[in-house]
Amino acid sequence: MSESRKEFWSGVRAELPLLIGVFPFGMIYGALALNAGLSTAASQLMSSIVFAGSAQFVTAQLVHDAAPGFVIILTIAVVNLRHMLYSASLAPYLKNLSLKWKVLLSYLLTDEAYAPSILKYEADGVSPFSHWFLLGAGFSLWLNWQVSTAFGIFLGAAIPKEWPLDFALPLTFIAMVVPALKNRPMIAAAVSAGLVALLAYALPFKLGLILAALTGITVGTMMESAK
Amino acid sequence: MNIWLVMLVGGLITFGMRFSLIFLFGRFQVPETMRKALHYVPPAVLSAIILPELFYSSSDSLNLTIGNTRLLAGIIATLVAWYTKNTLFTILAGMAALLILQLFFQA
Repeated sequence: MSESRKEFWSGVRAELPLLIGVFPFGMIYGALALNAGLSTAASQLMSSIVFAGSAQFVTAQLVHDAAPGFVIILTIAVVNLRHMLYSASLAPYLKNLSLKWKVLLSYLLTDEAYAPSILKYEADGVSPFSHWFLLGAGFSLWLNWQVSTAFGIFLGAAIPKEWPLDFALPLTFIAMVVPALKNRPMIAAAVSAGLVALLAYALPFKLGLILAALTGITVGTMMESAK
Repeated sequence: MNIWLVMLVGGLITFGMRFSLIFLFGRFQVPETMRKALHYVPPAVLSAIILPELFYSSSDSLNLTIGNTRLLAGIIATLVAWYTKNTLFTILAGMAALLILQLFFQA
């Protein structure tokens, strides 16, 4: 087996345990996006156009709430800011690649592709073929995400419209945020953002959401710095 | 705005962030404050979405009555999330709670 192929499959293998966790998540996304009012095509293609789990859930929720486009875009930007950190962290290991490779690997750079790849690069350093590892991890996750979305859409279409399935979106967010509330700055960020969101609910264009998010981020950061 | 345009711009921004520092390697560093601030994005954005969904359910004013089934189901889901840390359990418990509470309060 060629070196490049070996690296690719080693990336796929490292990704496997993560794929098991991501699959049900992709299904939930597919079912909820459809239920939130997105068309079948939009629900499916968002998984390849945006290709970022939490941003896709948030977009589905905002489409359901009839938020204007610029607020949805702004929210996607805030939710996905963390990818700049991954980009910064992987940059030294990818610096010698061609632009084509950099574009391809950037498109595939999700939380789940980043995690095993940075561990490998920090442990083994770079070789002429090590970028194939990231390709293997990133591509297997991509494929898994597309297929699980399709399953979810299929499943979502079978669920009667009268069921209050839209409530599963805030429930998904609760499941994401509650385990992260491990210290006081995190709790303060969540509580202050939640309060501002309630108080600023009447603001037009769902701008209360942006204001609340910025408040929470500022409060959390300031509390951490004050420690 | 058209949903396809929203997805396209959202996707381009997402790609831009992933590509940014791989492309600009060595010419730009992420400032320390921003590095810190990023940890607080998920709890801030998600709670800003969750709380209005629970408190304003289906009306334009705060609903603090005992008949606010979504708020009660949300509290139950929060407890389940806290103790199990499991996404699927949380969703199932919250949905079950909502359906049961709705039956109860409609009767």
